[in-house]
This record gives sequence, structure tokens and C-alpha cells, in this order.
Amino acid sequence: MITITADPIDVAAAMVYLQSDQAGAIDLFLGVVRDNTQERPVDRLEYEAYDRMAITEMEKIADAAQQRWPILRYAIIHRKGTLKIGEMAVLIGVSTAHRADAFEACRYIIDTIKQTVPIWKKEVFLDGEEWVNAHP
Amino acid sequence: MDLPVSVLLFGITRDLTGQSAISISLNQDAQVRDLLSQLHQQFPALAGIRSLLVAVNGEYAEPDQLLNRNDEIALIPPVSGG
Repeated sequence: MITITADPIDVAAAMVYLQSDQAGAIDLFLGVVRDNTQERPVDRLEYEAYDRMAITEMEKIADAAQQRWPILRYAIIHRKGTLKIGEMAVLIGVSTAHRADAFEACRYIIDTIKQTVPIWKKEVFLDGEEWVNAHP
Repeated sequence: MDLPVSVLLFGITRDLTGQSAISISLNQDAQVRDLLSQLHQQFPALAGIRSLLVAVNGEYAEPDQLLNRNDEIALIPPVSGG
């Protein structure tokens, strides 16, 4: 399951989707909006996506993960739009027979998303704003 | 200048140009690198971005990829999802 949504992420629904009789482990990574970047207070984040390409890039990452680990089910849900402190920006869920595979696959998916998927984050501070990673 | 293309802009590239899509005219047989150099000339502020990639029809493109009239072209500034 791969989704980009403007609505709040439904963790309970993702859990139901990930469950399988063969699964001994379900690993969830939840990325949430924190209130500062290097001690500079953040007011909110604004996420923007090139939806069509973001979905295909996430499919490639999920396919690569499935080649490396025996994944039973996975969920990748990314939020876009304006997010306040404490709101969830991303959910990665992986179910496998054993826990080591679930941990490793989940980490691989979120780390790779941050490198290749065309989704952009603007940090809006109390005194300005900045697209993350945009400048040298 | 006989290859009109439209380029989608996201994130900082949209802020710097003030546009979410740019129409641009290239020479026939133009490559991705030609598009980038013309955009840099037209919008010098783009040079301040850490790296600027181009996607063609939803896939990352190499600098020597040829562009066609009906391609969906997008500028991809450094990503920051998650």
C-alpha cells in the first residue's frame, strides 16, 4: 500500500492492513513534526509532492525492499499540505515473520524515501521560512 | 527554437520563479542539459540551489537525454520528504 494524502494518517487502519497470520513482527515508523530545527523554533511544516513521480519512486523502493527482505505486507503513507507540531507526516509499516527483517526493511524504506522521492518540506519558523536541503 | 516544452516547478524552484509551470522554447534535438542552461539564463536565482535534477515523464533523466514535444518535464530540487 502506497499513498500520498492531504488527510491525517490513520495508524489504526494501517495496522489492520499490515496484519497477517504469517507475521510475527510488525514494525511501524512514524515521522512527526517537531517544534524546532537546531533550536530554531518551528511554527509548522508545508509538504509538497510531485504526486505521480513520488508514487512511482516509492514503488521502486518497496520493490527493492521486497527483493532484500521477506516482507509479507507493507504500508507507505506520506502526508502533504500544512502540518502542525505533533502531526504525523509519514508512516512506514512492514510486517514479516521475524523482527530483524521488519526493523531493517522499515529503516531502509524511510532512509531511501528521504533520498529519492520528490517530496519537499518547507520549515516555517516564527521569523522566516526555508525549503529543507535546498541551499548548499 | 522549434521545440516548445512546459516545465513543472515544485518547492524552491516555484518560489524563486514565482511560477508553477514555465513554457520554454528549445532547439530541436535539445537535451536535458540544454533545458537546464536555458532555465539558468532565464532565472539566475536557480543557481543558488544545491542541486537541480530534471525528471522526464516521471523518471529522473540524465543530462544527455533528448527531449520531445509531449514530454512531461519537471525540475526536481533537493528532496526532503519524510
